[in-house]
Amino acid sequence: MAAVRDNVFPTRMNLTVTKTRLKGAQTGYSLLKRKSEALSIRFIDIVKRIKEAKIKMGQVMNNASFSMAQVAYTTGDIGFQVRENAKTASFKLISKQENASGVLLPVFEKNIQSGNSFDLTGLGRGGQQVKNAKESYTEALNVLIELASLQTAFLILDEVIKLTKRRVAAIEYIIIPRIENTISHIISELDEQDREELKMVQSKKKTIESECSIIELKEIDEESDLNNLEIAEYSAKNILIDQMDSDLIF
Amino acid sequence: MATGLKDRNLIAIIGDEESVTGMLLTGIGNVDQNQKANFFVATQNTDSSEIENTFKEYTHRKDVAIILINQWAADKIRQVLDEYTLTFPTILEIPSKDQPYDPTKDSVLKRVQRLFKD
Repeated sequence: MAAVRDNVFPTRMNLTVTKTRLKGAQTGYSLLKRKSEALSIRFIDIVKRIKEAKIKMGQVMNNASFSMAQVAYTTGDIGFQVRENAKTASFKLISKQENASGVLLPVFEKNIQSGNSFDLTGLGRGGQQVKNAKESYTEALNVLIELASLQTAFLILDEVIKLTKRRVAAIEYIIIPRIENTISHIISELDEQDREELKMVQSKKKTIESECSIIELKEIDEESDLNNLEIAEYSAKNILIDQMDSDLIF
Repeated sequence: MATGLKDRNLIAIIGDEESVTGMLLTGIGNVDQNQKANFFVATQNTDSSEIENTFKEYTHRKDVAIILINQWAADKIRQVLDEYTLTFPTILEIPSKDQPYDPTKDSVLKRVQRLFKD
């Protein structure tokens, strides 16, 4: 893991760019983490409500079945009649979407249109029971619709939470360490370059200095030569004094 | 995900006669131009392949939002239900007159319980 890093050229500009990327990754990480937590809270809430609704569904369906049995007892079998009369649905749904931390969750709502074709069912006998059955089944259906919304939300949230958690983990354990590795790599490379440059400069300085000293020494040598020459000149025999020439007469 | 969500406004049902009749009383019954109904009456003797075919037909329909299925019928095609991963339409297992509701068999509740185990 430690060796994993981006393949970038170690320059100061890339260092700045990578540092910005690290900052971005950290911001993204904290945001995603918050999103994941918010979704989890909602998810737990939905699971609780699903459990409650499932229990409630058991009760209302029990009632509904009992009312159907009452219908069967008083009216006789209406199943065939009811099935034959079903043409277009008067009990429909409206699917809406609810936004929860950026996740669209579907919400089903009932949409009852007038013109229920079963108003006359059981007119001969047992009309009361049929009406009761209708009411208890409508009540059951309401619970079922709520449950369906919750269940769909549950499935979607499950998926989204998994995805978000995976992203959070990816940023935390792969992307951020990689960027940090890249930064430390760039810094170490830059340091090494600096050191090398320093060495070069120092060695250059040394050579220059030594050259300078050689030149100085040479200069000193030359100076001393000059002095010697002067001394030699001074010590040279004064030809004007020593040689006595005969006077020249013009 | 949102495609066609607006068109999904029907509730389909697969179940025994009492459940289907009761639900139809509320007015969910719909028969389209091709004489395709959104309800299917199954009995204990109905072949599981027939239930499976009906179930698949409803899941492929674009106007169905919720599929209600009696738990005993769901048990017959449990394999298909467990493999069903789509969000729409939503599958709801409902108890029937004869059998009480058993939460441990429900495909969705199984997932709920699996989540809370780990």
